[in-house]
Amino acid sequence: MIYLQLLLSYLKIGFFGFGGGYAMISLIQNEVVVRNNWLTSVELADIVAVSQMTPGPIAINCATYVGYTVTGNIWGSLLATFAVCLPPLTIMTVITIFYRRLHNNYIVKSALTWMRPVMSGMIGAAALMFLNRETFVDWVSIVIFAVSFFAIRKKFNPILLLIIAAVAGIIIY
Amino acid sequence: MLWELFWTFFKLGTFTFGSGYAMIPMIEREVVDRKKWFDREDFYNQFTLAQSAPGPFALNTAVFVGYKMKGWWGSLIAVIGVSISPFVIILLIAIYLSGFSTNPVVEAAFKGVRPAVIAMIAVPFINMTKGLKWYFIILAFSIAIVVWLTGISPIWFLLGGAAVGVSAALYGKKRREVKP
Repeated sequence: MIYLQLLLSYLKIGFFGFGGGYAMISLIQNEVVVRNNWLTSVELADIVAVSQMTPGPIAINCATYVGYTVTGNIWGSLLATFAVCLPPLTIMTVITIFYRRLHNNYIVKSALTWMRPVMSGMIGAAALMFLNRETFVDWVSIVIFAVSFFAIRKKFNPILLLIIAAVAGIIIY
Repeated sequence: MLWELFWTFFKLGTFTFGSGYAMIPMIEREVVDRKKWFDREDFYNQFTLAQSAPGPFALNTAVFVGYKMKGWWGSLIAVIGVSISPFVIILLIAIYLSGFSTNPVVEAAFKGVRPAVIAMIAVPFINMTKGLKWYFIILAFSIAIVVWLTGISPIWFLLGGAAVGVSAALYGKKRREVKP
């Protein structure tokens, strides 16, 4: 049963994964944290951090991790990863075949224009859903957040930033 | 050819850290400049579609490059190539992290990292809303707050957005059609 749920959840995440990795975090939160309670919000935030420091898209990294932790074996991991890849694989193949007709199509363009604010909203929701007493433990967290925020605005390397934040965490806590 | 495709995407999957967009210059160098599988304009056009399509961007890029090379099998091989390293690495982390999470040093490191992760997501949110019209900015903020507070699946908003967009295109805006 758990395998079927994993399959369905990750098919959904793959199918509606518009707007890139950060927007997809919102879908993942909804399926993994809100609906199925497979992980806590904090665990997911940790996976996002790990995902940034390891190769590969967040959605795939997260599927691999959740698949393993939920079922306790490699098959669950493989199933979730396969499920999140399948819809993009099929949809993108179809898009590639009809590429000349879709490219500049006014209906597609209009749909995407109206979906864009939703994708932005999803990224905002992803950030808000991670805000809680476990991610913001004290004023140090607020300082780390503020410094990171400005560093990323200034295009500071995100991997290096996470490493610095980790070292800061080890020194301070 | 299939092997070469696999190997190319295996390398991309192994050495691309962080966002999929970090892949762009690497892929371009590999498939346009070195292997000459695409001319530049074609590559960028397909690439724009890959951005709009659902799913991780790295995966979509693997699909269109693979398809161009070897059809359906090419797509599949490229997708497997690009996901195999991330899969193995995260699997190993998942297997061994459960032992780590009780380690006080690891926990302290994560305490430092968590606020940075939130900042990492907050910045693209601010950046992405900047390019939007004012009513879309209000819409984006409202959706963020509603999804956060109610836990409604964002899928409904995506479907709603698509529906409004398609209707807007069909009723009255036909004049703006761009012929390819």
